[in-house]
Amino acid sequence: MKIGILLKQVPDTETKIQLTADKTSVDTSAVKWIVNPYDENAIEAAIQLKEKKGGEVIVFSMGPARCVDAMRTALAMGADRAVRVDTADGEWDSYTTAVALAEALKAEGVELVFAGKQAIDDDASQMVQLVAERMGAASLGIIETFELSEDGKSATVTRPVSGGTKEIIQVTLPAVFGCDKGLNTPRYASLPGIMKAKAKPVVEKKGAELLGGETIKIKKMGYSLPPERQPGRKLTGSPQELVDGLVKFLKEDVKII
Amino acid sequence: MILIVAEYQATTLKSYSAELATVAKKLGDSVEAVVFGAKGADAAKKLGNYGVSKVHVLDNAALEKFEADGYTKVLCDLITSAKPAMVLATASPLGKEIMPRVAMRNKTGLIADSVALDMKDGKLVGRHPIYAGKALVDEVVEGPLAMALARPNAFSTEKVGDSDAEIMVVAADPGTERCVVKEVKQAEQGDVELTEANVVVSGGRSLASADNFKIIRDCAKAFGGAVGASRAAVDAGYISHDHQVGQTGKTVNPTLYIACGISGAIQHIAGMRTSKYIVAINKDPEAPIFSKADLGLVGDLFEIVPLLTKKIQEIKKSE
Ligand SMILES: Cc1cc2nc3c(=O)[nH]c(=O)nc-3n(C[C@H](O)[C@H](O)[C@H](O)COP(=O)(O)OP(=O)(O)OC[C@H]3O[C@@H](n4cnc5c(N)ncnc54)[C@H](O)[C@@H]3O)c2cc1C
Ligand SMILES: Nc1ncnc2c1ncn2[C@@H]1O[C@H](COP(=O)(O)O)[C@@H](O)[C@H]1O
Repeated sequence: MKIGILLKQVPDTETKIQLTADKTSVDTSAVKWIVNPYDENAIEAAIQLKEKKGGEVIVFSMGPARCVDAMRTALAMGADRAVRVDTADGEWDSYTTAVALAEALKAEGVELVFAGKQAIDDDASQMVQLVAERMGAASLGIIETFELSEDGKSATVTRPVSGGTKEIIQVTLPAVFGCDKGLNTPRYASLPGIMKAKAKPVVEKKGAELLGGETIKIKKMGYSLPPERQPGRKLTGSPQELVDGLVKFLKEDVKII
Repeated sequence: MILIVAEYQATTLKSYSAELATVAKKLGDSVEAVVFGAKGADAAKKLGNYGVSKVHVLDNAALEKFEADGYTKVLCDLITSAKPAMVLATASPLGKEIMPRVAMRNKTGLIADSVALDMKDGKLVGRHPIYAGKALVDEVVEGPLAMALARPNAFSTEKVGDSDAEIMVVAADPGTERCVVKEVKQAEQGDVELTEANVVVSGGRSLASADNFKIIRDCAKAFGGAVGASRAAVDAGYISHDHQVGQTGKTVNPTLYIACGISGAIQHIAGMRTSKYIVAINKDPEAPIFSKADLGLVGDLFEIVPLLTKKIQEIKKSE
């Protein structure tokens, strides 16, 4: 079976976000780039599955040339090869990104795809469903466990729903899954793994060529920064005094009791 | 016409569905709602109070249980017949699962997780937090059908009347379903969903054991709120990952967030910075969490939290 990974390269979590002078985009000139944290779980899920059942693991990423660094991480962890969809020649939103990624997945004949539940830059949480819909595949946006059936035609997964309730769901493949942190513990790339990754193939596809004339559906009007939270009051005293102060605050300011 | 996706649990309307109706009403067009399953009719007709004129009740026994393929299909069918100009839903597990699919099938765009929705030059504009709330982007949907998800707790509710909405039961066909629910593992009775909670009480590494976490659970319960945790507490095994708040956990936006023995690492702040009020309890007066808190209590959580729980229980009992 061909197993796909969707991997996005994103700014490090500690990055201080600044806007360009004209506020039409986020200034990424001084950003340190990392693999989207949930996508590490997607990589791990794909590699674990290959170790158990065999198959080929292909990592897909859409973005500029720098994304190859992130893809090398996946290759070092154990993925077999990579496809980068170049973004230089098109206009991109979640919709067009999904169309291009889905076409790239279809072209490789991928049946099972692991992605992250959310990209920590755009925080959109919709790529899994968009790609699946475009591929004609089933999907679940967040899974916490995964098991492929004996015949490889379906998978049993756990999906969290409201208030800690979990659903055990049987999904018919092809399917796309969004991985959550609890799914597994991503391995570190070993030194031999890193050496081997350098020789693994990374092919490039032109994004616009995968779009078949489709265009963006969402225009970005501008960016802003939220007002910084101002530090409030700090209370000291005996535990009883502190609780009394808090209760007063809850009554008078928060108005919750 | 603006179509909103309403949700209910047992027989109660989700509070975020009233929020959705309120914001839809403010956009200026007539508002109709859709609800999945005949059991939702009673809950959804209350949306009349928030300006919803009509509720389309999609009726089919299979719709009593959520399934993404079926829900997507019946919603698309309704869009085809009712021809709304806009479809809005909540960024809930349900909304996040089906709305992107509905958008793709209708070849249109979906504004994710918005905290503000407005009309500008006849088009829907949504404000969406990115980079874990460190920045905001205003997005507009180009095209005939505008779609957006609204973040729970981010919009207020406003009653505009006291009449029920008209109920229209529609026979719906969910088609083939590829995701079959085999089993539902119910959470502990009365566990409140973190991302929807009005009050969240969170504990960190300093709780030092799973047993001690009861202090946090009891306090959350007294408020009728949900239990949160830092990653350090989750990694140490004091509580399950479902409860983790932050960059790699959940994003919460309650009215009140109480952080107990949590230092205030940037990855934790990422998940709770949009809370309306933040209270921090920490014995270190220099803890970074205090710079984000509206009220900080400098002291030992093992002394303060049980006292607070008792006090809240007393207040609730006398109400
Ligand atoms: C990629 C990445 C993602 C991450 N994602 C997350 C995430 O999603 N969520 C998250 O929370 N973290 C996340 N982290 C971890 C984060 O950086 C911190 O390590 C973590 O939040 C610390 O948890 P803590 O505040 O419980 O523990 P600590 O930092 O150890 O703080 C404990 C605090 O408790 C106080 N204290 C101790 N005893 C008492 C007492 N008796 N009474 C009162 N106060 C007391 C101390 O003064 C201290 O401030 C992430 C890190 C990385 C690198
Ligand atoms: N440009 C991209 N290239 C590859 N995968 C992506 C891209 N954007 C999003 N994804 C995948 O989709 C997941 C969810 O992203 P999002 O819907 O943008 O929050 C991410 O965790 C990735 O696995």
